Amino acid sequence: MNSSPNRRTPTGSGVNYRNAEVERILETLHADVAILGAGGAGLRAAIALAQESPALRIALVSKVYPMRSHTCAAEGGAAGVIKGDDSLEHHFNDTVGGGDWLCDQDAVDYLVREAPRELIQLEHWGCPWSREPDGSVAVRPFGGMKKQRTWFAADKSGFHILHTLFQTSLQFPSIERYDEYYATDLIVDDGRCRGFTAIEMRSGQMKCFLARAVIIASGGAGRMFPFTTNGAIKTGDGMALAYRAGVPLKDMEFVQYHPTGLPNTGTLLTEACRGEGGVLLNRHGRRFLQDYGMGPETPLGKAVLKTMELGPRDRVSQAFWHDQRKGNMVGTQWGDCMLLDMRHLGEKKIDERLPLVRDMAISYLGVDPVTDPVPVRPVVHYMMGGIDTDIRAATPLPGLFAAGECACVSINGANRLGSNSLTELLVFGRRAALSALEFLDSSPAAGNAGVLAARAGEAQARLRELFGRSGETETVAGLRRELTTTMEEHAGIYRSGEGLAEACATLADLRRRYRSVTLHDKTNVYNTDLLQALELGCMLDCAEAVTASALARRESRGAHQRLDFTERDDANFLRHSLACYRGDEAPAIDYRDVVITRSPPGVRDYSGEQK
Amino acid sequence: MSQRLVELEVLRFNPETDAEPTFQRYAVECPEEWVVLDALNHIKETVDPTLSYRWSCHMAVCGSCGMMINGEPKLSCKSFLRDYEGVIRVEPLAHFPIQRDLVTVIDDFVTKLKRVKPYLVAGEARPVEAGEYRQTPAQLKTYKQYTLCINCMLCYAACPEYGLEPKFIGPAAISLAHRYNLDSRDAGREARQQEIAATEGVWECSFVGACSEVCPEHVDPAGALQQVKIKSTLDWFREHLMPWRRT
Repeated sequence: MNSSPNRRTPTGSGVNYRNAEVERILETLHADVAILGAGGAGLRAAIALAQESPALRIALVSKVYPMRSHTCAAEGGAAGVIKGDDSLEHHFNDTVGGGDWLCDQDAVDYLVREAPRELIQLEHWGCPWSREPDGSVAVRPFGGMKKQRTWFAADKSGFHILHTLFQTSLQFPSIERYDEYYATDLIVDDGRCRGFTAIEMRSGQMKCFLARAVIIASGGAGRMFPFTTNGAIKTGDGMALAYRAGVPLKDMEFVQYHPTGLPNTGTLLTEACRGEGGVLLNRHGRRFLQDYGMGPETPLGKAVLKTMELGPRDRVSQAFWHDQRKGNMVGTQWGDCMLLDMRHLGEKKIDERLPLVRDMAISYLGVDPVTDPVPVRPVVHYMMGGIDTDIRAATPLPGLFAAGECACVSINGANRLGSNSLTELLVFGRRAALSALEFLDSSPAAGNAGVLAARAGEAQARLRELFGRSGETETVAGLRRELTTTMEEHAGIYRSGEGLAEACATLADLRRRYRSVTLHDKTNVYNTDLLQALELGCMLDCAEAVTASALARRESRGAHQRLDFTERDDANFLRHSLACYRGDEAPAIDYRDVVITRSPPGVRDYSGEQK
Repeated sequence: MSQRLVELEVLRFNPETDAEPTFQRYAVECPEEWVVLDALNHIKETVDPTLSYRWSCHMAVCGSCGMMINGEPKLSCKSFLRDYEGVIRVEPLAHFPIQRDLVTVIDDFVTKLKRVKPYLVAGEARPVEAGEYRQTPAQLKTYKQYTLCINCMLCYAACPEYGLEPKFIGPAAISLAHRYNLDSRDAGREARQQEIAATEGVWECSFVGACSEVCPEHVDPAGALQQVKIKSTLDWFREHLMPWRRT
């Protein structure tokens, strides 16, 4: 029986959405495609589905309202070849080299090819891109990019992309939003993803979403670390759900430190500060990047592409670490800092191109970049790793797709270039939607009602068990503090085998103790104590994948730097790591070869002599 | 880092257990540089895990953490403790039903946002292959300010008209409609007018201007509302006095 006569599937075949056995246990919501996460990637996927197949039922499910998603915090811009002096080949080479050859080159090809289309599409939807005097879109330089190709909307590019997508999505009646629903478990039956369970925050009731395909677009996991640009919501929920359902987490050891965060709050000051001509100084006033393979010094205020301050983020953050060890950094009450000097840009340019940066620096630090250099230090910003997907944004679990920061389609490799991630969430958000449609067209068999009901029942039982605990001593805040401290101490810019082994042991212990964490709040309506407990569980699982993968990778590549294995080792590690969940045990680490189509591993040269 | 003892008086309400809201006092040591949100997070972590509120970005861009702080609608992530003396009173945003503690029910706003058709309606279909629309910096500037709305709803909490007449579409939604009306790429003004020039639209506004005063992004919704009124009046004249000029 179809739920509604005017709903039809792309294949035109009648599909039985209803599932009486599950409905006996939980209120059940039915969709053709359910999307988990309503940030940039989730919204892009939803719009693509609605446009491609208007009769589809699309459930867009998120733990926050779409405009709260962390895409809004991206500042600098989105990369896509548009100007005459640029080429797809340049964008490809910059990305592959920037990723220290750990990128899958077929995926990078797809990214750079689709990028301009997606950015123009956003323009047609109203995105207020900054413009050249002739009315064409403006681009700005960005780290590790050989040409200017970063489209931007002042320094609120992510905000404008998110709001453009959100507002555009409002015109499609087939996109049914479920705002403030927290997903707890994927439902898998017969080797296929069939949906998920989620808690409706306003009632506290668990619901079951049954869908013929699921797309996860739930963002990163930066909150595993204490000092991060990431908002409170970025707790790796979608990564953990997929991981627990048997999908590997790929390349999790690669965690990006953005070089320039405010030292007290971790607030991001975009790379565009340097793209517009800002420079980094140590306490002697020296542009110290020239001492770490990114020199010679370039003229002040004239950013030169792909060198000095426009080196890639991993190299710049690592240079900070080295110069700090030499005692060259500026001591502040928040720890050692370098200075981001933008004074020479002048007030007019700063206000026009970097208004948010100026506002943030003045508000949170009391420093006006027009008159003073801003103390900054590297801050956890982005997860290169994530849910294992192929070039079609498909995970190894049939029916499950993933896109955006939560996914690892391997365009970022060992180090993401700034402004590639906004592009990635558009290109692969859409790609995930198209792949989900192809999957629906293959007319997958309906799930076994009894099995689905059992899975939903298990999810609810786990939640009840958590609510029922009492008298235990472990608290959410306590365990979370130990988690973040461990990650900062052992999984930072530079790592050692010894430290990582210790972190793995600590995380195993924290995961064990997590099983007796006790809620203080046992009520139903908007229970954030519960929410944070579940988020903590996700972060612990993701963190263990990070440290286990990092311990196993006995080389230094991109953002993963080992003090005990200082060189890149292509013979053994030109491979993706795959962390596979094993319940209470530590994950098993497997490997898969990198896809190399035409760019063999080379030397990453960010000196001024390159080219 | 200098510390001080900060006292907060926070509205508490749990619909499952409370008949009506009450205030709860918390006293916590806080660094002087903190914002009110930091103090709330500190309370939640160390004193009272049951306290509920929304927040995420801590940089005034996600729009989650709007609250009444000493009676004024504010983003708690950008309200500095150093700017307050004595007990700081924290309540949920005015004019919205309380879901729990500092969390409000915002369905009304979300519905109104959708009603004003806040998306680009192209005059004629433009394929991606045709490239971007040309839009000069001057054309961009005419509407750019109104794109900066973060949907934090402080303006609704400040608006006396919205408090009296909940049907009023309100400052943020009308500003957003105005943003698209002003965009050189858009041809959807007529469709939007049906909503914003209706009785519950722009004419409810009595131009108190409180919306623009509290806007953390300087969107100036009051200015948008006045411009919509003027343009709607011109529409009326065109339609009724010069029907041959109507386009």
